[in-house]
Amino acid sequence: MTATTTTASAIAAAVRSGSRSAREVLEEHLAAIEAREPELHAFNLVTGDAARASADRVDAAVAAGEDPGPLAGVPVALKDNLCTRGVATTCSSRILEGWLPPYDATVVQRLAGAGAVIVGKTNLDEFAMGSSTENSAFGPSRNPHDTSRVPGGSSGGSAVAVAAGFAPLALGSDTGGSIRQPAALCGVVGVKPTYGAVSRYGLIAFASSLDQIGPFANTVEDAALLLEVIAGHDPMDSTSIPRPAPDLRAGLHRGVEGLRVGVVRELTGDGIAPDVAARVTAAADALSAAGAKVTEASVPAAIYGLSAYYLIAPAEASSNLARYDGVRYGMRVDAPNTPDMNLATRTAGFGDEVKRRIMLGTYALSAGYYDAYYGKAQKVRTLIIRDFAAAYADVDVLLSPTSPTTAFAFGAKSDPLTMYLNDVCTIPSNLSGDPAVSVPYGVGDDGLPVGVQIMAPALGEDTMLRVAAALEATR
Amino acid sequence: MSDPSGTTPPGTAPITRDEVAHVANLARLQLTDTELDQFTGQLAAVLDHARDVEGLDVADVPPTAHPFELVNVTRPDEVRPSVDRDEVMAQAPVAEDGQFRVPPVLGEAP
Repeated sequence: MTATTTTASAIAAAVRSGSRSAREVLEEHLAAIEAREPELHAFNLVTGDAARASADRVDAAVAAGEDPGPLAGVPVALKDNLCTRGVATTCSSRILEGWLPPYDATVVQRLAGAGAVIVGKTNLDEFAMGSSTENSAFGPSRNPHDTSRVPGGSSGGSAVAVAAGFAPLALGSDTGGSIRQPAALCGVVGVKPTYGAVSRYGLIAFASSLDQIGPFANTVEDAALLLEVIAGHDPMDSTSIPRPAPDLRAGLHRGVEGLRVGVVRELTGDGIAPDVAARVTAAADALSAAGAKVTEASVPAAIYGLSAYYLIAPAEASSNLARYDGVRYGMRVDAPNTPDMNLATRTAGFGDEVKRRIMLGTYALSAGYYDAYYGKAQKVRTLIIRDFAAAYADVDVLLSPTSPTTAFAFGAKSDPLTMYLNDVCTIPSNLSGDPAVSVPYGVGDDGLPVGVQIMAPALGEDTMLRVAAALEATR
Repeated sequence: MSDPSGTTPPGTAPITRDEVAHVANLARLQLTDTELDQFTGQLAAVLDHARDVEGLDVADVPPTAHPFELVNVTRPDEVRPSVDRDEVMAQAPVAEDGQFRVPPVLGEAP
């Protein structure tokens, strides 16, 4: 087995015991990147020299008899909307080209503290707005299973990095499915943790009531390991839940005997490709055979999630992206006066999808339309939260597809609304704030990966990942 | 302009070209005529899809702005380390004497 197919857990154990060096592990991953990155474009930036320096520090610590931490020597890729001090952070947008953040995101600090080796910044749809990476200002990433297909998005580069063996772990952000959907399309595990479980200090904001950082990995156990490192309270994020990071691995392999699993009726019928639906049925059967009590469940308002989300998220984005005005950081297009400079900078700096969402959000919040659009969407959000709570009275976790289809071809969904419909299964968990994970479970008719989504109530990551691990074991 | 009550009659566009131009101006974005046409159609399609919630009775449902109830989060008002000022100012397109420099805010440059 080569380094690039070894799990993060195995790498960390080997490096901590001194049986492998972090530098050797890193060089094997950098070689994998060099071989296939030109074809896949997972990264906006590979930080090879800085990675070598961190790997050498880890090896020096081991040599000195110190424990570098639970991710000792594990290469990790970071979505390029996570701030890294002195290292370009672009959100795949022209408007931030050349910007060097003056601080590290909390998750970046925690990775460094755990002995991880950051290998680079991964490509995304501009400002995390999209489901394919086709909205990146620097060109799309490609699906390693079929390079004529998208990797999904917005965290497409992170999904590709893990699927292609560039790094065993990566971080992404998930506002409406941006971790889970690319994980499904690239055949890896992707977790959206409970809102507030992971500090967002240093995550460049898209929609603040929905954004959450989470892990990509090849196995559920690796995803749990990374989540343990990044979770837990942070005083620098006022939405951070004040509780310590949970132990997610202790009970991970306890099985599903006696657990109640509900298959969400509203997310498994119309609009879901038959080959994807068949894999969800297979997953339900496998969990049942493993001892879970599988029933049908209903979250009636979930089907309205898409409409609510595409008003709420753009509304919040229109406010968050007002800060890109050419004054304090990033690009500036010169003009004789400041209002014209603001206009010229934003017009040149943002791509079409970002402009669409800013305008949609500005409209939904504008006088005369606020109640009809934004206000109503917020009420629908309440209905979705209530329906989830009612469903969780009868079951421990909910099951659905992650994405309605397998990876699609570049250009296949150039109409924005068609692209938005991709997010129908993932959006409800962002609106409710609850955790969800996508687990690879076989392939569709085209031979491409299918992801099954497991959802759980807030802070139910332990049970959710236990079911995910059980499902993974039945593959 | 369409009906601000939000009960736009079926069959009418939920957003007009003039409204898109107005919103673009509010958001400090400049659109070409071609872009205006394209964005109007695309935004209308999204807003039209959003009409699927019109049948829901939400009159007595409270809005949710945030998934979990938040109370004010405060900390003691004590001086503590912060980001480096020079590092921050070095990222400005134009800075002078520790301040961000911009072109004139009112009127044309001399």
